[in-house]
Order: sequence, then C-alpha cells, then structure tokens
Amino acid sequence: MTALDAYNFAYLDEETKRMIRRALLKAVAIPGYQVPFASREMPMPYGWGTGGVQVTAACLTPDDTLKVIDQGADDTTNAVSIRRFFQRTADVAVTEETEAATIIQTRHRIPETPLQEGQIMVFQVPIPEPLRFLEPRETETRRMHALADYGLMQVKLYEDIARHGEIATAYAYPVKVEGRYVMDPSPIPKFDNPKLNDSPALMLFGAGREQRIYALPPYTKVESLDFDDHPFVASKADHACDICGATESYLDEVITDDQGGRIFVCSDTAFCRSRQEDAA
Amino acid sequence: MNQQISGGFSDAPRQSATAFRAILEAMSRPGQWQEVQGAMPPAPLSPAAGAAILTLADHNTPLHLAGALDCPEVRYWITFHTAAPITSATEASFAIGTWQDLQPLDQFAIGTPEYPDRSATLIVTLDEVPAPNATLSGPGINGSVEAFCPGARPTAFPLGLDLILATQSRIMGLPRSTKVEFL
Amino acid sequence: MYVAVKGGERAIENAHAWLAEERRGDPAVPELSVPQIREQMSLAVNRVMAEGSLYDPDLAALAIKQSRGDLIEAIFLIRAYRTTLPRLAASNPVNTASMLVSRRVSATFKDAPGGQILGPTFDYTHRLLDFTLAAEGEVPAAPTAPADTQDVPHILGFLDRDGLIEQAVPNDDTPADLTREPLELPADRALRLQSLARGDEGFVLGLAYSTQRGYARNHAFVGELRIGQVAVEVDIPELGFPVEIGEIELTECETVNQFNGSKTEPPQFTRGYGLTFGQTERKAISMALVDRALRWRELGEDFTGAPAQDEEFVLSHCDNIQATGFLEHIKLPHYVDFQAELELIRSVRAAAFANLEAAE
Repeated sequence: MTALDAYNFAYLDEETKRMIRRALLKAVAIPGYQVPFASREMPMPYGWGTGGVQVTAACLTPDDTLKVIDQGADDTTNAVSIRRFFQRTADVAVTEETEAATIIQTRHRIPETPLQEGQIMVFQVPIPEPLRFLEPRETETRRMHALADYGLMQVKLYEDIARHGEIATAYAYPVKVEGRYVMDPSPIPKFDNPKLNDSPALMLFGAGREQRIYALPPYTKVESLDFDDHPFVASKADHACDICGATESYLDEVITDDQGGRIFVCSDTAFCRSRQEDAA
Repeated sequence: MNQQISGGFSDAPRQSATAFRAILEAMSRPGQWQEVQGAMPPAPLSPAAGAAILTLADHNTPLHLAGALDCPEVRYWITFHTAAPITSATEASFAIGTWQDLQPLDQFAIGTPEYPDRSATLIVTLDEVPAPNATLSGPGINGSVEAFCPGARPTAFPLGLDLILATQSRIMGLPRSTKVEFL
Repeated sequence: MYVAVKGGERAIENAHAWLAEERRGDPAVPELSVPQIREQMSLAVNRVMAEGSLYDPDLAALAIKQSRGDLIEAIFLIRAYRTTLPRLAASNPVNTASMLVSRRVSATFKDAPGGQILGPTFDYTHRLLDFTLAAEGEVPAAPTAPADTQDVPHILGFLDRDGLIEQAVPNDDTPADLTREPLELPADRALRLQSLARGDEGFVLGLAYSTQRGYARNHAFVGELRIGQVAVEVDIPELGFPVEIGEIELTECETVNQFNGSKTEPPQFTRGYGLTFGQTERKAISMALVDRALRWRELGEDFTGAPAQDEEFVLSHCDNIQATGFLEHIKLPHYVDFQAELELIRSVRAAAFANLEAAE
C-alpha cells in the first residue's frame, strides 16, 4: 500500500474540502435539490462510494466515531476498505455499533436501530437523478426539477400499477421532500424509506461520478410517491430472522443448499449481533 | 495600516473541520446556537464570523464586506488568509455585515430556478445572542422553535438567501427553507 | 447453525498479497524496471499521460508497472495522484508553430513549407511479427540529419490566408476546467476539447469512425498532423517575462472538413482539432473528427441524431475512469436491492396466479 501519511487530514486537500462543504450547506438549505460539485478523482473507483467518501471526508473531525456499512453489514469488503481508508487518513475512531457512531457512511441500507440527534448518515449514491431512467438528458431533468414538473414520474408509477397491480420499484424508491423536490433516496430498499421521514439525524447524499450532493436536514418531511388507491407499503420478506428472531428487520435471503433450502437473516449485522448478545 | 497576519487557524485541517461541523449543525438545526472557535480576526470582525470565513471562503468565493467591516484591517486579514476576492454585493458568494448594513437584500443573488444553489450566503453579525422574536418551523426543526430572526427575507423557495448569524463566539443558521413567523 | 461470513479485512489483505505476486510473475524472469517501461513501452506511457492528464513519463511508467499493463488502471492511478497535486502556476498557451517536429504530414498538400516528415511511424511497416525482437538483438542506429529549428507554419494557415477556411478567432477567455468545476451543459468548445483530450482512446476512436461511416459525416481530411517537442513557459510576475520550465511532446491534428454552407455560414472549409500529450496520433485524429461533429450547432448544421453530434452523450460517457468504475461496481454486493426485487417479483407473480385461479 501507498503510505497515506503524506496526505492531508481525511485525505482531501483543504480547497477541495471547502468546495464540498459549501455544496453541503446549500444542499441542507434546499432539501432534496441536487447541488453540482466538482467531484475529485479519489483513490478508489467511481461507483464504489467516491461521493460518500468525499462527503464523509469533508465532515469528519478528529472527535468523530465512524461506522461504515455496505448492504447493512460492517464486514462487507467495500465497507472494510472505506473504514480502513479513514482510519489511515484521519486516524478516526471506528465502531460497529449504530448508537456509538457520530457519522455513518452507508451503501444501500439505513440501520435498524433508530438514529439520534447529532448523528450524520452519509449515503453513497450511484445515480442521484430520480428522473434519469425516464429522461436520460440532464438538460431536460434539470428543467423538470426547476418547474417541479414530475408528470413523467407519475405516469411511470401509474403504468406500473396498470401492468403489475402495484408499483414495480423495490429499491431506490422515489420520494418527495417537503412537497417540493422529487429525490432518489439512493438504492436503499423501499423498506427503509419511512426512516427518511422526520428523522432526528442529518442525512447527506454524495454521488461522486455524477458530481452531485444533496441532503435531508433532521425533521424533514419525506413522502414516498404513491396514489391514494395504491398507498406506499414498506415491504420486506415475510419471515423472522433465523438467527436472532427479529420480525421487524430487513432480511437477506441465504441459499443453504442446492435443494431449495434457504434461511433469512438480518441484513443489519450489528443489530442482529446485539440482539443475540441480549438474548444470551 | 495594521497588517495583521496572525489569528488564522493554527491547524487548519482539524480546526476548519471542527468549525465546519458547527456551521453544518447550525444550518441543519435552525434556531440552535453553536460554538465556533479558532479564529482571532481584527475588530470589528468577530471570532465566530472569522472562523466561518476561514472555513468556507477561498479564491473561488467572491466576498462582500458591508458597512464598518469594510475596513483595511479586515480586508487585509481576509485576503491574506483566504485569498477571497473582495467584491460588490451583486457578485458575492458570501457577504458579511450587520443586518442593517446588508440592506437592501435584493442586491444579492438568490439563485435561478435551474440552479437555486447559485445564491449568496449572508453572515449577519450581532453583538450578542438576541432574545427570540420569531417562531421558526420547517426542515431541521422538530415542530417549531422560538428564536431570533433579524428580519424578513425574499421568499421564493427554492430560491432565496441563507443566513449565518454570528455573535462573538456563536453562530446560528437560518436557511431559506425556514418558515418565520414574527412574534 | 448458520454463521454469517466474516473476515473481509483478511480477505482484502490476502487478495493484495496475491495480486502483488501475480504482478511480479515468475521470479526467475528479471523484473521490469520503470526506465525500461518508459523507454520501450513509450506509446503505452504516452496514452497513460494523455488520458491521465499528467505529463510525467516516469510516473506513467510506474503506473503501468503497478497495474500489470492494464492501461485504464494505470490511467486511474495517475488521475488519483494528479488530483492531490498543488497547482503552482498556469503556463502560457504552448505555441505549436514553433514545435520541434519529429513527424509532420499533410494529406491535403503534396508539399508545403516545412516539408513532410514521416518520422517514427508504423504507417508503412508490414505487420509481420519480427522474430528477431524475440532474440533481443540490438537495432542498428537510424540515419540522422541536423534538426531544422525554423518554425513550421501550420498548413491550415495557408487556407486561412485565402479565406477558404473558417476563421479561427483567438480569444483570451480562461477556459473552464472540468477537473475543478462540475460539468455544465451546454459546454463550450474548450470544455469539449478538454473532455475529449482526457477521453478514452477506444471510445473516441469508435465515435470518430462512426462519423466516417455516415453518422454525422463531415468529410475530414488530415490537413496536418504534427508530433514534436514544444516549450512550456510560465510568466513570473516578479521578472516580468516568461520563463521556459521544460519541454513536452505533443500530437496536434487539424482536420479540414468539407462544408456546404448553412443559413448562417458561406460555403468554406471548416475545422476539427485534436491535441494530446505524447505521440498519440490515433487519439488526436479521432479527437479532431469528434470535435468537428460536435460543432454542428455553431456552424448552423442540422442535428441528425448521430451519437458523435450529441454533446451530452459524448461528454458523459467518454471518460474511461468514470465508465470503468461504474461498470465494475455492479460486481459489488447488491444483496439488499436484489432481495427487494425478489420480494417484488414474488408478490407480482402471486397476484397474477391468484387472478388466474379466481378466473378459473
């Protein structure tokens, strides 16, 4: 490995951090709006959390305790890699306990343990534009956001219902923020969407390759898009965790043999472990 | 002319990180005052406002000094530590002054419908934390909170002006998203 | 009982150790040195410098060694290093008319002042594997002649003087820099050229080829292709005059494109432009063709829907570091999203079968 000692606190140079910090303040002031920022080339690939890493680097102080999860787990390889990056470059304390963390960088999940005031969630975002797969052009989607013209999204959701009887979006389920901006909550399962609403924690979203930062301040109204006759449902596998017995947590399905055997286990490994310890 | 070059951050990476967290917290929780430290600018610029400038301003951010703050000492200190170009109100990314000196507000950029982020942030200087004069609600506020607001702002969300109120040692954020009802 | 997979940290460390061993290969074979790569894999070095946007042959060679010859990986290493470098000064624009040329060809004029110089090119080699190289023999020295230090005027200047080609009007605006500011569309020509200069050679080549095959055909001739050394000068305010800080090798391609005229422009030749670090002529020519295709709006041409004309499409997808990162990220775990999709498809299928049963 390259010696990272030669780099600045939290890796990024101060000018870059100032640029990201200014973008973060605008993002907080305009909840759900995607602020363009001059994303830097990071020493990890685009698509692997460069946006989240830049946001975390701009927010970290020496007093923070950092938790990094990927798919809900602290031990997935990319979470390990990002956590180690900040241990090396910022000498920051790390934890796997949600309650003990001041900053939680995540890919695809919000922890089961309720977040608290003073905590910051940093989401890694691949495609920040909720309208991108309906309209690939940035010039067009920017205009739609400016006019709050979200008819295209309504049509898409309605067509889903006509075809499938329900809205066929299971993750990255679009939300409306404070009645204004339609926002991509990052590819979290729609099970996690309700945790975005009125959260005591600050939620920051970083998309490195797409050069966008956006935010949800604490206690912000976040509604998952739906229709009166087809209300949003935060679904999960209809099982209990086969390890800790939790019935209210999001579950991963694990194939156990080639005879169709499978079990369901908590995706949030820290949550599952603390339940096992409590039971023991 | 007193060319003060002292009073910047002695450990910029860590001090600006801590100061930024206070500013981020302030902007995320309107109505709550946060401590900021580390800067010792020349009067009449307060340490809290000075820390905010050191943390956020650089050669990419035109900065406007209003009223008594537009003096050689403050100009020199800001230019030396941040390289921010001192400009008129209309071009400013940041403007610093008392609420009165920042008037009229329509001289500042409030963003465009496509880019509402292209707006000025006003750092409003105060001698001390004033008594609450308004009920605030909106993003960042659990229900509502009574706090100080220096006056009415243009309301055209998502366009608007974000305020950072700064006393000697504390700051409070008033983003454009905050709804203000004066008591 | 089921135990969740643990040991991510150990797995990563072991993978890195294995990677290092594979990079070295058979230890019985002598290790490549960075100077060997720099001198003998120079076109790979040039590509890494061009797309890495950093002129440093030694670092590019090191990156190639570290990346086991994966040039996109090497470009990535250079880019990640480049972003951390302080910006001490901005040079004056380089003057390619005073280039010390090692190669200079024009497809439009048989001869012109400065002459045609074939230079070190593969062009007329017969593509036959040279088995003498496998024997690692020394090559005989090539014949030499004194360098001509006269300025070599640009071929397009001759057309310009006769008013046959669109005027290239100099302007002193500071060009945007997409490594410091987020890309904003529409982009001006300088920003498009910066993006193309950093763009993936294969992607830009494919787009350029598509224009030749009729997708926004623009009838390009290589007016001039030149490769050589140019001086880089920096103004030192204290001295009041520019100081040469070094020399770099550049490839410059100017195309002459047919143009029938439009509502706003008279019939005349038009221009495409390519400029890249090092000897990278395939890239420079491709860049010039795509540059010309992207200029449809300013020349009053029609948008035909061709990919090479579509600025947002080209600029959003030509960067191989962005592309490779996002492409390869789909091998990261997506258990959570996939689980959500599984539940959804089960639910939709259950509803469909329930409807079927109800109908029967």
